[in-house]
Amino acid sequence: MSLSSKHLLGIKDLTAKDIELIFSTADHFKEVLRRPIKKVPSLRDITIVNLFYENSTRTRISFELAEKRLGADTINFTASGSSVSKGETLIDTVNNILSMKVDMVVMRHSASGAPHFLSNHIDAAIINAGDGTNEHPTQGLLDAYSIREKHKTFKGRKVAILGDIMHSRVALSNIYCLKKLGAEVTVAGPPTLIPQYIDALGVNVTYDIREALQWCDVANVLRIQLERQNMPLFSSLREYSLYYGVNKALLDSLDKEITIMHPGPINRGVELSSDAADSHHSIILNQVENGVAIRMAVLYLLAGKKGLE
Amino acid sequence: MKTILDQHKFRVVIERLAHQLIENHGGFENAVIIGIQPRGVFLADRIVSTIEKFQKISVPYGKLDITFYRDDFNTGKELHIPNATSIPFSIEDKKVILIDDVLFTGRTIRSALDALTDFGRPQKVELMTLIDRRYSRQLPIQADYVGMTIDAMITQKVKVFWKNEEQEDQVVLLNSEPKPTQKK
Repeated sequence: MSLSSKHLLGIKDLTAKDIELIFSTADHFKEVLRRPIKKVPSLRDITIVNLFYENSTRTRISFELAEKRLGADTINFTASGSSVSKGETLIDTVNNILSMKVDMVVMRHSASGAPHFLSNHIDAAIINAGDGTNEHPTQGLLDAYSIREKHKTFKGRKVAILGDIMHSRVALSNIYCLKKLGAEVTVAGPPTLIPQYIDALGVNVTYDIREALQWCDVANVLRIQLERQNMPLFSSLREYSLYYGVNKALLDSLDKEITIMHPGPINRGVELSSDAADSHHSIILNQVENGVAIRMAVLYLLAGKKGLE
Repeated sequence: MKTILDQHKFRVVIERLAHQLIENHGGFENAVIIGIQPRGVFLADRIVSTIEKFQKISVPYGKLDITFYRDDFNTGKELHIPNATSIPFSIEDKKVILIDDVLFTGRTIRSALDALTDFGRPQKVELMTLIDRRYSRQLPIQADYVGMTIDAMITQKVKVFWKNEEQEDQVVLLNSEPKPTQKK
């Protein structure tokens, strides 16, 4: 058994079976991460470059830990401080790195489709660690994995994705992943932050946060991506948090208990208040923990495919 | 297909192996049993329940998966899908009895020894196998407890069937098709 694709560019290209395989493999890596020695030698002959053209804390650390715990050699590349500032193109940069015998590329880029473009030009396996406003597949996988851990099944599970849907790659990866697994998805937020034809993906749309929270079992609260908004889409952060922010009082006013998720980094007090983020509703830190196991599973399954070619 | 261990003899062999462990490790105060996933666990299950039946004691028993320690990852062979590992006790300074169904090239045991060191430093590691395929070892590894030793050609396959999984307990020798020549 192995994945149907050579790269992980987006969840759009995965089948439900692929996702289940990643999850069941991640279960075993979670067990490895609880051992006295949290490391296995599977990828000891593999070298991986982490190519980050955009800032990241969680994803970069999580990938690097996953790689190291699989025994791979890693190189970290960040665009700032590299020859990118001298005008080197993406393909040139990557080909130069690959000529030093690197097997896999983990890549984050501010341009949507950058890893897809690269996959047409190089042989190494590529893992998308977030491309512009398109996809962030490992985040989508670890979010769904965390839901599976808490709620066991996906069939008919109701998940609300709240906030900046327009600029969020996490939203799109979550929608693809959850729909493929049989969950129901509602997106909610201000009309200016919800893409017009998002319902074509089979999701419900509402502009009322309370309605979405009342409907769902799990709410995934997204960060307001101020860095990608080049025109005013809502009047102020204060107004946003008043109408679209999730806080403890709002959660307590619902007639059921729901699970709160956030892909991080949190704008505390904007989309999610501290009393909600740190409450027992929240599985935010479980998401981070699961991130390493999910990334180990993806790396293991893709590195294993390399030998099959 | 040729039966080399039938249902009756199978039970006698299991009981002998269990008694050998009782003889060497008594009440299992300082010894633990670890079955290798997936098929070594079937033998380990049987050995553990036999010891517990005869001695009325509880034996510390874990399961070890060696998939992540294999030496043929990325060599063009099929990707192996892991099984669960569960070792719910410390193996530090314990006598560990590793159990697998068939000892063939020795490579699985090599991986298991590697995996085991990630859980602690045992005082001693012993190996039990139901079938020892003599003369086919690729590494200097030998078993301490052997159910039956057989000589089989490299192209033949030895398969152990378990009552709980298949129809009945038996060990058979299969004459498999000659292997297709390496592609490319």
